[in-house]
Parts: sequence; structure tokens; C-alpha cells
Amino acid sequence: MHASVRPAVSVNITPPVTTGAHRETTAPAEMRMSISKVNFWYGPKQTLFDISLGIATSKVTALIGPSGCGKSTLLRTLDRMHETIRNARLEGEILLDGKDILDQDVTLLRRRVGMVFQRPNPFPKSIFENVAYGLRINGSKVPMAEAVEKSLRHAALWDEVKDHLHKSAYELSGGQQQRLCIARALAVEPEVLLLDEPCSALDPISTAKIEELLVQLKDLCTIVTVTHNMQQAARISDFTAFLLTGQLIEFSPTPQLFTKPSDPRTEAYITGRFG
Amino acid sequence: MNPRLRWRKFVSNFMLTMTGCCALVAVSVLFFILGYLVYNGGISINWNFFTKLPAPVGETGGGMANAIVGSAKLLLVATLIGVPIGFLGAIYLAEFSGSKVAFVVRYAADLLNGAPSIVIGMFAFALVVHPFKQFSTLAGGFALGIMMIPITLRSTEQFLLAVPRTLREGAMALGASKWKTIQTVIVPAAYRGILTAILLAFARVAGETAPLIFTALGNQYWSHGWTEPTASLPVMIYNYALSPYDDWHRQAWAAGLVLLALILIINIVARAILSRGISVPRA
Repeated sequence: MHASVRPAVSVNITPPVTTGAHRETTAPAEMRMSISKVNFWYGPKQTLFDISLGIATSKVTALIGPSGCGKSTLLRTLDRMHETIRNARLEGEILLDGKDILDQDVTLLRRRVGMVFQRPNPFPKSIFENVAYGLRINGSKVPMAEAVEKSLRHAALWDEVKDHLHKSAYELSGGQQQRLCIARALAVEPEVLLLDEPCSALDPISTAKIEELLVQLKDLCTIVTVTHNMQQAARISDFTAFLLTGQLIEFSPTPQLFTKPSDPRTEAYITGRFG
Repeated sequence: MNPRLRWRKFVSNFMLTMTGCCALVAVSVLFFILGYLVYNGGISINWNFFTKLPAPVGETGGGMANAIVGSAKLLLVATLIGVPIGFLGAIYLAEFSGSKVAFVVRYAADLLNGAPSIVIGMFAFALVVHPFKQFSTLAGGFALGIMMIPITLRSTEQFLLAVPRTLREGAMALGASKWKTIQTVIVPAAYRGILTAILLAFARVAGETAPLIFTALGNQYWSHGWTEPTASLPVMIYNYALSPYDDWHRQAWAAGLVLLALILIINIVARAILSRGISVPRA
């Protein structure tokens, strides 16, 4: 696809402040991150085209779209995880608190922008050591036991694991493992938490727990989640971005996107006509 | 039952019996060798074997204390040379190198692995023994160490590459640098495999005779320090088994048993270490 044949898409760089029942707060949405004119290539293949959007502080932003639309790719640029792949190239500007993330030390950036992956990926260590990992590698001086307990409580896992913190993380169920990964990410107190289809490998009950958790975590950090599940996006997010073949088609407050989509392609997707 | 079905059943049973028999033959050869060694070694071994020096030609008795210590020293030198080089080389191959470099190194390692051990011995002779005009423990250990490099390198690399990509990403997403990720996640996740690889390499060179003949040479007495010729169990077995004396034949059997026991004990200890800790479940 060439830029010249791309249809004109009107995109709100800053999501409008929501009104009515959706959010009680009336304060203007503050931007934690702002993505502008991001283009992305895997080798010769361009997978993102001129993406611009803002990530509101202490809100949940959902990226939806059919498989291969570039939503995971976009998410992974936000903590520069794309750099682990050879031949990946990014153009554009991504600001975190007003500073370009591409100019920052990548390890410091990733401490501020945490990530949870599609499949739970606990380390081959104990539950405790998994959560403590981020603090240990950063040489943190905080009391370890307290920090671990706090993170596990935030991830709503503490009560289930408090009596066997020193057992292998692999003895937990899939849903518990994913919450452990969330606790692990929270332990370094990131400002932004990125989640790449965090529930796609989980059963419905574990999924419900994680969804509930994400809504609670908003107070702690800004959340960006990729999901292929539209109901999930509708349930948990404040803003939703719809991507299609590497382009941002629509970015609106979630209730608006799901009830009054402004683009016919968004409507087609959310009503299940493709994807 | 129709004839076709009967034929198929017959073929199935026949093949099952064949594969079963072959498995049995493979196992029984192993047990026969082990049994024979344990029997012959067992009746020849005694306390003197572990504590005395070899008796002069013509006298009976004596032991191989010097060869046991010599073998231990040779293997120590070999491990100190082979393991770090093989291990760190494997980390480079698995984590840092491009595919072209990796291909060349892998190919070279496989060639080195396939090189006859006597050629490695000649190489060590030319490089370490000849310039110093001295057979030594260091030279023998060097030859064995060279043999350990490709075995350690290739298997360690395989185990490192088998660590799931998601674990690397998990560590890097928490702000771990590449080196920190390797150190704290990848190597710990692969350490059982790596230890097994090192053990295999160790067991493989522990019984090598050819590379020691013209590097460590042999010694009827204690070898002091690291720069004197030294006795070793495989070379002792070789020399004693070829001798015309019954007493020496018995001692060769005993040496074989000790060598086997040495490798077995190291294996058991390492397995005990391996069974602790947390391993990555297979996906």
C-alpha cells in the first residue's frame, strides 16, 4: 500500500475529553504518551502508516483490529521492544512525558514503560524472585519483601500465593501466571503498562479477573492494551483505537467508537462483518 | 479374519519383535561389558591399588595412586580450558553472532569434534610439548581441553537457543540489558542442559588415551606440579593390558573399573545438583 492511495483519515491526536456516564472526572485528559507520524517497516514491508495518537494518563487505551493490522507492532514500539527484531525500522516521534523515547536509554525507558505479553512468561524462578527480578536487576534498595507483597496485592494475586512464595512460578495456573507477570511488571512502578493480548491464552474466568484488575490499575499507571476481543475493549477501555492494515482508522472514546463509529470500516468491523 | 488383515497383523507383530530384540541386544551388550568390567575389576581391586605406586617390573602388587591423581589433574586442566571457552563461545553464537559467523564456527566445531583424538594429541605435542621439550600434565590437559571445546560449545548453544524467546522479551521488557538477560534469565533457564553438556564432554575425554600418549606421556612415579610427565588411568590401562604379566592385566581391569566409577560418581553428583532448582516446562 502506498501513502498516495491512502484515503484521508481524520484522526484526533488527543482523545477528546469524555462526557456523561463514561467517566466521572471532568478534568481534561492529560497525555502520558503521544505518538506522532509513526511509520514502521519489517525489512522492506511497511506495517504501520503515519500513526498518530495520544495515550491519556491513568486511562485504559485499547488497540483493536483484525489479525495482522499492526496493533501489536504499534504497542511494541512504545517500549522499543521492536528493536529486538532484526531489520525492524521505525520513523516518527513517540513522546513519553514530553520527551522522545528514541533518544533515551532503552533500559531506563523500559523501567518506565512495562510490558505484559500474550502468553504468560514467568522466569524459571520462584514466585517471589519473579516479582523481585525487576528490582534486583535495577539494584533497587527498597525492602524486597514489602515491595513484592505490594506488587502481588496490586495484581490481586497475594492471597492466592502468600503461603508459597518460594515455590516455582510454573506451579501456578495460566491465569495466575499472567497476574504474576503483571505483578512483575508493576514491581518497578512503571508509568505506563503495555499489555499485548494479555488474555488470549486464558480461560473466561481468568480473563474476567484480569479485566477487573486492569480497571483497578488505572489509578497506578496508564494502560495500553491490545485485544482482538471487542467486548473486552468495550468493557475495560476509556479510549479505543481501531487499526486496519497498518493505518489508524478511528480513535475515539470507547463508548463513542462502539455506538457511533464515524468511519464505515470501523462500523463494519465492530458489527462483525469482517476481522 | 480376512487374509489381508491377518497379514497386516503379522507384519506389525514381526516388526514389534524385531525392534524389541534390537533394543535388547543394545542393552545387553552394555550390561555385558559393565558386568565383565565390574567382575574382573572387582576381584583385582584392593586398597593398595588406591594408595601405592606401580610395582617395578617383575614384582607383584603395587597400585596406581599416581595415575588416579594424574587423571584428576589432567581432567581439571582440561575442564579449565575446555569449559570456559566452549561456554562463552556458545553464548556468543547463540546470542550475538550473525548467521554467517555462526555457520562457520559451528562447522569448524563439528570438524574439530570429528577429528581423531590422536590428531589432537599431535597438535598438542607440536604446540606445547615440542617447544618446551617437556611432556607434562599441562600438555595432556591442553589436548583434552581442546577436545572438550566443540562438545561443550555445540550442546550449550543448542540449549541456549531452546530457551523460549518470550523469556528473553520478559527480561528485556523489565529493563534488563542484553548481558543481564543472558546472565539472569537465559543461562539459568538452560543451566541443566549446559551442565549435562559439560558432563558429556568430561566423560568423553576422561577415557581418552591417544592424545595423552605423547603429551602427558606416563610416569611410574608421582608427578610433582604441572610440568612433569604424569601417569593417567587410560594410558596405564593401555600399557598394562598390552604387557605380558598377569598381575598387570588384573591391575588394568581394576583401573578400568576405577575410571568407570569416577565418571559414574561425577554423573550422579551432577544429576543431584540438576534435580534442584526450577526448570522451564516444555511448551
